[in-house]
Amino acid sequence: MSPFALFLARRVAFAVLLVLLVSSGSMWLVSLAPGDYATQLRGPGVSSATLERDRERLGLDRSIAEQYGDWLSGLVRLDLGTSLRFARPVRELVGMRACNTAILAATALFIATLIGLPLGVIAGSSSAAGLVSAIRGLSVFGMSLPPLLTSIVFAFFAARTGWFPIGGMTSLRAVDSGALAGLLDIGWHLVLPALALALPIAATLERLLARSMHETLQEPFILAALARGIPRRRVVWRHALRVAIRPVAGIYGVIVGGLLSGSFAVELVTAWPGLGRLMFDALISRDVQLVAGCAAVGSVFLACGNLLSDFALAAADPRLREE
Amino acid sequence: MERVTQMLGAGLLLAVLGAAFAAPWLAPHAGEAQFRDYLYAPPMRVRIVDVEGQWRAPFVHRWRLADRVMRTFEEDRSERYPLRWFVRGRLVGLDAAAGQPLLLLGGDGLGRDLVSRLLLGARTTLGVALLAAIGAVLLGVVVGGLAGYAGGAVDEMLMRLADLVLVLPTIYAVLALRAVLPAVLSTATLFWLLVGLLALVAWPYVARGVRAIVAAERGREYTLAAVAVGAGPIRILVTHLLPATRGFLTVQATLLLPAFILAEATLSYVGLGFAQPAASWGAMLRDASNINTIADFPWLLSPAAAIIVVVFSVNVVSGAGGRGGALGALTR
Repeated sequence: MSPFALFLARRVAFAVLLVLLVSSGSMWLVSLAPGDYATQLRGPGVSSATLERDRERLGLDRSIAEQYGDWLSGLVRLDLGTSLRFARPVRELVGMRACNTAILAATALFIATLIGLPLGVIAGSSSAAGLVSAIRGLSVFGMSLPPLLTSIVFAFFAARTGWFPIGGMTSLRAVDSGALAGLLDIGWHLVLPALALALPIAATLERLLARSMHETLQEPFILAALARGIPRRRVVWRHALRVAIRPVAGIYGVIVGGLLSGSFAVELVTAWPGLGRLMFDALISRDVQLVAGCAAVGSVFLACGNLLSDFALAAADPRLREE
Repeated sequence: MERVTQMLGAGLLLAVLGAAFAAPWLAPHAGEAQFRDYLYAPPMRVRIVDVEGQWRAPFVHRWRLADRVMRTFEEDRSERYPLRWFVRGRLVGLDAAAGQPLLLLGGDGLGRDLVSRLLLGARTTLGVALLAAIGAVLLGVVVGGLAGYAGGAVDEMLMRLADLVLVLPTIYAVLALRAVLPAVLSTATLFWLLVGLLALVAWPYVARGVRAIVAAERGREYTLAAVAVGAGPIRILVTHLLPATRGFLTVQATLLLPAFILAEATLSYVGLGFAQPAASWGAMLRDASNINTIADFPWLLSPAAAIIVVVFSVNVVSGAGGRGGALGALTR
């Protein structure tokens, strides 16, 4: 086995462990917390007999260890249990919501790359000081725009101008107007939340890439390429970019973490029916297995981000693959 | 140029901190004071030219409710209310006889002065963020120092733990921990609870760096010299190794600040943080969570502007062009 394969195997093992630890941890956390689903459901001032009946009905009267054991044995069969609140399989609920969050996050990542990458290359390679500092200033400002606040401000503009929907993922009139219209409608709802999520990430990408590009352009191989008469534009966008992108590829794991954090805020503000919202509601109503399910899927996202970053690094740097 | 912008950022940050410190004196009104005739009143315009075109000392006009349903106001130009400086132990206000509040940023849904609430809210929000940053740095120094100095199995164990906490998105970790605690808590309890929770999820950022520095410095000649003359491990760690982390700690604490401000804002926004009548930037943002309300009364967005100003100046000060600074934007 090559060292890189071994390295990947270790990362995969860490990913599995992460998913298991995070979902188990959140399950214990919610189970041990004061109050359970029955108390949250009935509110204050309910007789203990009623609560007991509820708990018996919902299977909450068993010990926490017993419930955890049951859940764990289900997990092996990829059965995430049943939501108390929705009385539906957690897998079903979480799957749909995770898909929505993934749409939001992937769009945001796409927009961020679309904005951040070219700007980073320009800021890192241009000799026009005014342009470079303008991009830099924009980026520092962009980094200071947390998705929570940006999405509130965007919602304000949407409400004022009526150009964009203020929230949600679909509008009522688009329900039965065909697949294409439905997709367009979702895209329409996606613009502002995805942009709010993308801005700080675009700024971060730009800064990292600009810095790394600047360093790469000092390297001797760039000088050699220029000396051979390759046009500067081609040297920058082909030769230098391939090398400069490496540190950026290395932080995709962090970026996915940032996307998840950011999408929580965006989902709550814009009523995007994603994982963050579901998790929040589940936490508040002490819907134990749903919380664990959301945490499991969220950590799968994180683990994927970290693995993705490993692969991206390997793709950008042949030395990593061969060694 | 770089230096100048950094100084400007630092100045802005210091000004905000100073304003938070002096809030009870700077704020024209008490944070809880409600003015029933001024629900959702727009910001008052400070004028220096009166209706006849005469120059005057700065004054404001009264807002008169024009439409009770739509809550639109119009200026009542018939009377001038000059600003009074240093009245009733506050920097600025109107004559008590006028029976008139000074609403420079308008009123919220309960007719409270937004300027006063922003200033007093800064105390809560920045207080939580600052204390939590100090807490995270302290915890990180202890854990990182221990791991870096001890090395071996202790190091391995502590750093794996740090890795695990690091990979979790901060806001989810805080949210989960906060959500399982009782929803309704007194403001003071909540304040310290948030400080504790934030420090608890953020220490690994500090610990990792401290560990790396301590582990590197441990092999240097001056440390070996200290060992040779018989200094004990605690003495070496505290008086010789940890001072090397000072620069790193300052940068790290600055980077944690915006993350914590935002965490408070997010928690309060979703209803797990500070609640009425306490003023914090997050709690004020929650007042603005109804989209129809902010569309009509955009001045309710002022806490968002305040947060962006602080985060921006931190990013400028920390030289966000740098790698650490750039990544800091994502840890929120």
